[in-house]
Amino acid sequence: MTGAVIEIQSLTKRFGGTTAVDDLSFRVEPGVVTGFLGPNGAGKTTTLRSLLGLVRPTSGRATFDGRAYTELADPLGTVGTALEAASFHPGRSGRDHLRVAAAAAGIRDSRVDEVLAWVGLADAARRRVGGYSLGMRQRLGLAFALLGDPGALVLDEPINGLDPEGIRWIRVFLRDLAAEGRTVLVSSHLLSEVQQTVDRVVIISHGRLAYEGTLDGLESGAVARVRVDAADRDALARALAASGAVVEAAADGLRVSGVDAERIGSLAFAAGVPLKLLVPEREGLEDVFLEIVGEGEIR
Amino acid sequence: MIRSLRSELRKISTTRSWWVLALILFGWVGLNAAGIAALGSVLVDQSGGMVGPESIPPLVYSTVTAVGYVFPLLFGALASTAEFRHQTLTPTFLATPRRGRVLGGKVGAGLIWGVVFGVVGVAASVGVGALVLQLTGVHPDLGSADNLALIARAAIAMALWAVVGVALGVLLPNQVAVIVVVLAFTQFLEPLLRLAANFWEWTAAIGRFLPGAATDALVGSSIYALIAGGAADALEWWQGGLVLGGYAVLFLAIGGLTTWRRDVT
Repeated sequence: MTGAVIEIQSLTKRFGGTTAVDDLSFRVEPGVVTGFLGPNGAGKTTTLRSLLGLVRPTSGRATFDGRAYTELADPLGTVGTALEAASFHPGRSGRDHLRVAAAAAGIRDSRVDEVLAWVGLADAARRRVGGYSLGMRQRLGLAFALLGDPGALVLDEPINGLDPEGIRWIRVFLRDLAAEGRTVLVSSHLLSEVQQTVDRVVIISHGRLAYEGTLDGLESGAVARVRVDAADRDALARALAASGAVVEAAADGLRVSGVDAERIGSLAFAAGVPLKLLVPEREGLEDVFLEIVGEGEIR
Repeated sequence: MIRSLRSELRKISTTRSWWVLALILFGWVGLNAAGIAALGSVLVDQSGGMVGPESIPPLVYSTVTAVGYVFPLLFGALASTAEFRHQTLTPTFLATPRRGRVLGGKVGAGLIWGVVFGVVGVAASVGVGALVLQLTGVHPDLGSADNLALIARAAIAMALWAVVGVALGVLLPNQVAVIVVVLAFTQFLEPLLRLAANFWEWTAAIGRFLPGAATDALVGSSIYALIAGGAADALEWWQGGLVLGGYAVLFLAIGGLTTWRRDVT
């Protein structure tokens, strides 16, 4: 199976005066799990809803193998979707919720029971959705996504509300789906939540593309810094700044970037400032992520 | 379109509102039919030949629309607005991204369930009404072609009202608002307007196009028409049906171009 290539081209969406998505472009390839990341309010959901024909973009296009969702001959068979705030009629059973969609897509009822068993909801299938827990609703949303056995999956915050066992289950599940050649796009506001699952990431911030590429590429973008301190901190700072290093004062010393530890040592020696601390530091992926999305300052 | 229709039919059959409303419809129409049937026999006896016994059964049988049309109307409106209220438009439009098809399926499902409401309502007005007529000594006259035609047209009117409800729900997606509008208009505003319209000839000409008046024209009889003194130039039955259908088309057209095209967020 080869899933459809998802392509977002110069997508812009304004709601009144606010721009939710601003000239966003990226591609999602089949066969890998792609994380779609950004803080809450970055425009992830608006992008996904534009891709799925629920929201009309102000300009730009979002397509599956070149076709807009509304032009797909077999939408549920092409793309499976689980959106955040998955919407269910509380008085309808989980099984009936899927049967309604199955009828609309021309899918046989036996498939409904199949996907319900798959996501572990077989026992609760005939109960009203109003009594479901958040985790159960997430599973029902996932069952809806799988209903048409689609080549592409678009999942908005699918891990939210799952218990630890459910999180482990969905990670394996998504990797398996991608290994089968499907296109898997998973959104999240936390990198750590999907870090172990995704191969590639698309990071957006304030509606704009901030990073697109592999996780390794993201890691290499991490800024190497050195924590350094001396009894005469001011003299040290002057000496380092004079050589072009970027120096930040902190409570427990100076944070220096632009020069490595070895160079700092020789600069201090040349300036006659004895050091009492010299520690190279490397940012974690999460720090890089927060820096990219412009929320580094509130960490 | 067929798939969409089947999906919409399932949406209705898998929730409770239809049979709750159908049950209330049966009870309310049955009560009114019984009451009018009982009063009718008294009227025939007291009038000394002024009111013929043959004029009573149509009044009894037409209670299904005279007092019952609000139920398919509410049913249709609730069916449409539930999609907005519970945000089920998202899965609906994901499964059927061409929104016009969804609307077509909704109208079809409304019509079919409207017929169910028509059958339930007729079962009450004719079933209970004829029984009470029989008991009070008035011939139910169920064999007459006129009465049978009236019963059939009453069922059609109920089905049309369900479609008007579906259309109104698309036009006014706020569920609370639509319930208030439906109850205020059908129970208070329209009866008042119909009465007031009879004061002048020109208002009476417009009053014929009020949805309730059009329903009475379609069905051919009603207790309201009797009270209002039977407007001189009532519409033909088929014209009444067209007027009702016209309301549905108008609401659908406006709703389809406004609320139905909006972003689903």
